Amino acid sequence: MSAIVGARPALRHRLAERGVDRQLLLLLPAALFVVTLFIYPFLYGVGLSFQPTKGGTLGAYREFFTDAYLRDTILTTLRLSLPAALLNVLASVPIAYRMRGRFRGKRLLTTLLVVPITLGTVLTAQGLLNFLGPTGWFNRSLLSAGLVDAPVRLTNNYWGVFFSLVITGFPFAFLLVLSYLSGIDPSLERAAATLGAGRWQRFRRITLPLLAPGLATTFCLTFVLAFSVFPSAVLVGDPAGTTRVMSIAAYDAAYVRYDYPLASAVAVLMGLVELLVIAAVLGWRALLYTGSTAGGKG
Amino acid sequence: MAARRAIVATPAAWLVWGVVVAFFVFLAGVIGSVVVSSFGTRWFDTWLPLGWTPDWYAQAWDEFTLLPVLIVTLEVSALVVGISVLIGVPAAYVLARRSFPGRRLLYLLFLLPILMPPITYGIPLATVLYKYGFAGNLSGVVLANLVPSVPFVILTMTPFIEQIDPAVERAARMCGAGTRQVFVRILAPLLVPGILAASILVLVRTVGMFELTFLTAGPDSQTLVVALYYSMSAAGIRAQQSIDAMAVIYTSMMLVLLVLALRFVNPTQLVARVRDDGD
Repeated sequence: MSAIVGARPALRHRLAERGVDRQLLLLLPAALFVVTLFIYPFLYGVGLSFQPTKGGTLGAYREFFTDAYLRDTILTTLRLSLPAALLNVLASVPIAYRMRGRFRGKRLLTTLLVVPITLGTVLTAQGLLNFLGPTGWFNRSLLSAGLVDAPVRLTNNYWGVFFSLVITGFPFAFLLVLSYLSGIDPSLERAAATLGAGRWQRFRRITLPLLAPGLATTFCLTFVLAFSVFPSAVLVGDPAGTTRVMSIAAYDAAYVRYDYPLASAVAVLMGLVELLVIAAVLGWRALLYTGSTAGGKG
Repeated sequence: MAARRAIVATPAAWLVWGVVVAFFVFLAGVIGSVVVSSFGTRWFDTWLPLGWTPDWYAQAWDEFTLLPVLIVTLEVSALVVGISVLIGVPAAYVLARRSFPGRRLLYLLFLLPILMPPITYGIPLATVLYKYGFAGNLSGVVLANLVPSVPFVILTMTPFIEQIDPAVERAARMCGAGTRQVFVRILAPLLVPGILAASILVLVRTVGMFELTFLTAGPDSQTLVVALYYSMSAAGIRAQQSIDAMAVIYTSMMLVLLVLALRFVNPTQLVARVRDDGD
């Protein structure tokens, strides 16, 4: 026994050398938790999606792709979430660029911007129905200003959901972009100015390349928010038609038709589509500069 | 320099500020119309309601049995915050301090529940919970809400722990403290601000979390958002104004939480960590 120990250190020591010891047990509850409540149900769902009541192993997926009412939900979801996420990120850039310095009321402004994040989709939906509805203040103002002859229809269709995505998504995107922008050393831009670069050139050649990876991350996070839209698509949207998003289809299959295999299949496809978009954006991001945004000689 | 600092702003600046002001006007309209409607008697085709009354609040209180709903909301959020901090903080500590094989994989594992849309894992999760008899009551709602909360605590606490000087812990160990003692006597006091910030963020998220609660709640375990959703989607049965009153109650609750949160957290920290030098 002692001869073996003499030849090779005990297993415990060899593990400790690679960084594995009893302290890692602290990770156990969290890992166990995620495995039992996230990984296991997810795999269970994937398994369920391959056991439909009819049509063999791939029956649920075949049903999804042959039924136009289900298949089109992918396009509907992307048509809502991609423009909303893009608008939120692109609108944040110039605004955050102008506000990255210090000015009076900045703290108040950022605080006000947090309000819509906490409102949640349900209250936003209720507010939008009241505000943008045919007799709401918005249409009333347009009518009395003489801009339109009849009330503009902005609720219970695509635009209602789009506005709710902007209201909850824009502050989120803005705060993220602002935090990325404040991380870029202003002396880099001053150096460019000294070398004779104009306002636009400084933004295009210095700030934008440093900001681009952050923008990709922001886009992904806002996209995730917009992609999983559910309550507002039901409440301010047109859940049977133009805003029938994937989450509605999944919910419908599970709790209206009690077809759990189909619901799981929709959920799996939903995750897949989302991951594809994120992978595309992050793959594009990998081509960009990553590293310090602080000036040289830190 | 003097020319650029002039009072007269460039057209681009006007445009940017215009967009910001428009956004806030829009936002005020959205919130304001709910508040005004909740105090109005009848409001159909006029700028403001015909009369004012606080009755809708009393009606909302009775009709929606708001008190039990509020109690459930508080119970769920308190349990979720407590458990996710207890599970998440030790894990965040190990992730922040140690390197070991599989660390990146584990990090990805903790990132996934935050990245995936709640509906995608909520539906299979609800199915599993129903199978084992957890769903439809408080425990199911708590378990489901923990799924994104635990990773959220881990991800917000990891950078916070990284910035605490490990020399403090080493000194304590030199003086003979065990892991438990280091945790309780050294780390816990240092971590209090971070834990407070993380718990408030989890609280705000849990009170606002719709999808997971919606999928797992039974009739007597609905939180406020879910009850609000049900009364909205069953519109026509209930008076519009009493739904508005309920929405206002929900907003005021969120605002109280928000004011509390902002005492401890910088707004930009709600979505990312930022070095705000000198502030």
